Amino acid sequence: MGILEIKDVSKRFGGLKALTDVNLSVKENTCHAIIGPNGAGKSTLLNCLVGKLIPDTGSVMFDGQSVLGRAPFEINQMGISRVFQTPEIFGELTVMENMLIPIFAQRDGAFRLHAIESVGRESEVIQRAEAMLEEMNMADKKHMNSASLSRGDKRRLEIAMCLSQRPRLLLLDEPTAGMARADTNNTIDLLRQIKEERDITIAIIEHDMHVVFSLADRITVLAQGTPLVEDEPQNIRGNPKVREAYLGESA
Amino acid sequence: MDAIILQILNGLDKGSAYALIALGLTLIFGTLGVVNFAHGALFMIGAFCAVTVQRLLTLSFETVDPEKTDFLGQPLKVKTPYIESWFGPEVGTAIIDWAVPLAILLTIPVMLAIGYVMERGLIKHFYKRPHADQILVTFGLAIVLQEIVKYYFGANPIQTPAPDALTGVAQLMPGVVYPIWRIVYFCFAVLIIGGVFAFLQFTTFGMVVRAGMADRETVGLLGINIDKRFTIMFGIAAAVAGLAGVMYGPINAPNYHMGMDFLVLSFVVVVVGGMGSLPGAVLAGFLLGILESFASTTWATTTIPGINQIIIYLVAIIILLTRPRGLMGRKGVME
Amino acid sequence: MFGLDRKDTALLAIVALLTLLAPFILNPFPAGSAMAQFNAGYPDLMQRFVIFGIFAIGFNILFGLTGYLSFGHAAFLGVGSYAAVWMFKLLSMNILPAIFLAVVIAGLFALVIGYVSLRRSGIYFSILTLAFAQMSYALAYSVLTPVTNGETGLQLTLDDPRILGSSATADGSIPVTSLFGFEMRSATELALGPWTFTFSVGYYVCAVAMILAFYMAIRIFRSPFGMMLRAIKSNQTRMNYTGLNARPYTLAAFVISGMYAGLAGGLLAAMDPLAGAERMQWTASGEVVLMTILGGAGTLIGPVLGAGFIKYFENIFSKINDNILHGWFAFMPDGLEDAVVFLLHPFIGKGWHLTLGILFMLVVIFLPGGLVEGGQRIWAWVTGKNRRSAKKRATTTEPAE
Repeated sequence: MGILEIKDVSKRFGGLKALTDVNLSVKENTCHAIIGPNGAGKSTLLNCLVGKLIPDTGSVMFDGQSVLGRAPFEINQMGISRVFQTPEIFGELTVMENMLIPIFAQRDGAFRLHAIESVGRESEVIQRAEAMLEEMNMADKKHMNSASLSRGDKRRLEIAMCLSQRPRLLLLDEPTAGMARADTNNTIDLLRQIKEERDITIAIIEHDMHVVFSLADRITVLAQGTPLVEDEPQNIRGNPKVREAYLGESA
Repeated sequence: MDAIILQILNGLDKGSAYALIALGLTLIFGTLGVVNFAHGALFMIGAFCAVTVQRLLTLSFETVDPEKTDFLGQPLKVKTPYIESWFGPEVGTAIIDWAVPLAILLTIPVMLAIGYVMERGLIKHFYKRPHADQILVTFGLAIVLQEIVKYYFGANPIQTPAPDALTGVAQLMPGVVYPIWRIVYFCFAVLIIGGVFAFLQFTTFGMVVRAGMADRETVGLLGINIDKRFTIMFGIAAAVAGLAGVMYGPINAPNYHMGMDFLVLSFVVVVVGGMGSLPGAVLAGFLLGILESFASTTWATTTIPGINQIIIYLVAIIILLTRPRGLMGRKGVME
Repeated sequence: MFGLDRKDTALLAIVALLTLLAPFILNPFPAGSAMAQFNAGYPDLMQRFVIFGIFAIGFNILFGLTGYLSFGHAAFLGVGSYAAVWMFKLLSMNILPAIFLAVVIAGLFALVIGYVSLRRSGIYFSILTLAFAQMSYALAYSVLTPVTNGETGLQLTLDDPRILGSSATADGSIPVTSLFGFEMRSATELALGPWTFTFSVGYYVCAVAMILAFYMAIRIFRSPFGMMLRAIKSNQTRMNYTGLNARPYTLAAFVISGMYAGLAGGLLAAMDPLAGAERMQWTASGEVVLMTILGGAGTLIGPVLGAGFIKYFENIFSKINDNILHGWFAFMPDGLEDAVVFLLHPFIGKGWHLTLGILFMLVVIFLPGGLVEGGQRIWAWVTGKNRRSAKKRATTTEPAE
């Protein structure tokens, strides 16, 4: 029984079948990658997991509870954090404030009217945020406006924000898309470090094979909205079905 | 039955004005992506074009009529408009009588020019700014325009009567009488709306503009100078507002704050119709005008007191909550 | 101090000091001198400064922090005024229960309107608030006449019950508003040489209310709640995926700013116990938007500055007339003097709104951060830091895409 169980999920947009009978199980404390060519339905699947879309049929269970029909913030409160393709951070706020918000969200839940609380320098929240920034090597940037960070640092900050909530499942949506090689390698190192040091399950959707094979414990190949193969990385590498899905019939 | 028809007719003139202003607002919003709070002021300036023309035509010189005396026994001073002395009293009077329709000739170039200057001089710099900034700067402009008009024309409404031939009422059906000018206004509005739609539908220029409304960047990439066309569209939108105003004079005497009064309602109309949808704006304009007319009947006001005052806002609230994008709005506009 | 850091404490102290010493500061010119018309240190005007300051501070909590532009905030001010006047009519002339009820009723009203309006964002939200406010205005004028007294406005009469007070004073006139015996209208005058300073109870009540309101605003700005509100403005997607429900946050901000408006409305009624529907009209809502933007939305001090600025110049500009202008420019040759006066004429007296409109446009175009940004720029220019900081900004923003 995995921490995330996707059963018979289908989703159509008008005449287009985006997902057909997807079954997938993500084991706890593993890194599971979902790969596939463009239009395979990776993003649709991800959106079904985080509450942005509701599948037509099937079920998505996280830790024994259904996530379907819940709003994104409720799903986050269940312990799922999401990293976006283009980093979504609070651009107008400082790095430190960016870090504090998820920690408050985890401490206080989806809403609390802490309108006159003043957060002292000694408070646990601040210390957690500082420790996290330290860990991410961003402590020197904590008073910078987060919009002025480099692309790689924005990604790093976003991951830090997600991790600070101590999620049980981290969803990554093409975390290295549009990055320079050096930034990509940094991100891979960072993710590998996270995987080794924390009890965390990671589900990653990725295009870049280099990233996938450096990180994943298990890989699902999605093609035309349905899982083609699921196996360990070394078995995926030479699989003719995967090659066919990627290169098309002509190959 | 007659009563219902009469109420529908009663709603048409206000509905026409709503529809015309909302059409202009939507043209600007759809093409330039700018929320123009100064649009009501353009409507008001149009109405004051009629006042200006009327004043110009009645510019007079004074002569003393030695044969008549006024009530103090002094020789009577007679004012004769220049027009009458140039064209003879009959033609002259007729020209003055037709001041409002003639004002259209002034309104079109004036409004096109104002629209052009506004877009090039001000709005252009706000394309990349947030919608809130656009609202605020055009709101400021509306105040300025309104105060300038107030400075030159005073705070009181100025009568701009319709030509004699078009005043009075017409018997449309047994039991249904209706002021002629309102019929004229409605037909005029339909004509302009039809004209704008035909222009967008059947000319290459219009086609490019429509394409630009749907996807500005792609059209820009095709090497078409979409900006220039959008400037012209702004001028056209201003002209539509001005025309709506100039002909509205005989229905409601122009005053400096009429623009703001109409603007608030027209925005509601645009939102109800769906931001960015031209047919939506027209449809919602007429619909709300007619609804307002029905809500003003004695029956409605006795059943629900005050309904005539709030009906438009009430409908707007209901529609926005049930159909977030208005009646015919597209997805992803202004959200 | 008071749970604020040093910078905020200093800001609060400055604001408190300026407010409390306003009767001196705003009366710099000796009475009877040519410049005396620029004095603003009389109670009536000073009360308006601080009351509209409160209104703008509250509006800024919504607009400045969350970015939701409400075009219907005057409705809450109007409702507050009505509630307060009713309290004077029914209960007593003590202003505390009246102001309390004003805040509560305005808050409840904001809760209802906010609950509905906040289902939409952007311009749709603006239009919804505008629609609600205009509806309230229209209803107050017409159907709700039993409650609002329609066009005449709600006033005190001699046959009001006032169960905890008296319907009429001993000499048969309507009693005046007071706070535990201190009448709002009572004032002491202090003559120092040619200067006369007026200290009125009413002004100090309003001033204390504003200082408290300002203090609360600082606390809200610096609290986790305030941070959440800025997060909503910055990135709603990230907000949702961080496990935060944006709607109750915006609603709370809306209600709080509605309560500020109610406080302002209650104080207006406490200073002068009447309430009219025109206080709810959308032009009044527009005015608070102008104040906040002019001062600097999203900054703490901006709204107060904006409110003071607009109310001051409204008062002063509308008093200037051609004769005064002629007096100023008398040193010029006659022809030039007339020309200058002619050119300035549209902008003074009744033309004040024209000046305000132009000023407002200039601020939106060139100083999006309002007077506060203007002040910062001047400060940077004076201290010569502008070049360095500009350079610094350029280097820090470069890596961003």
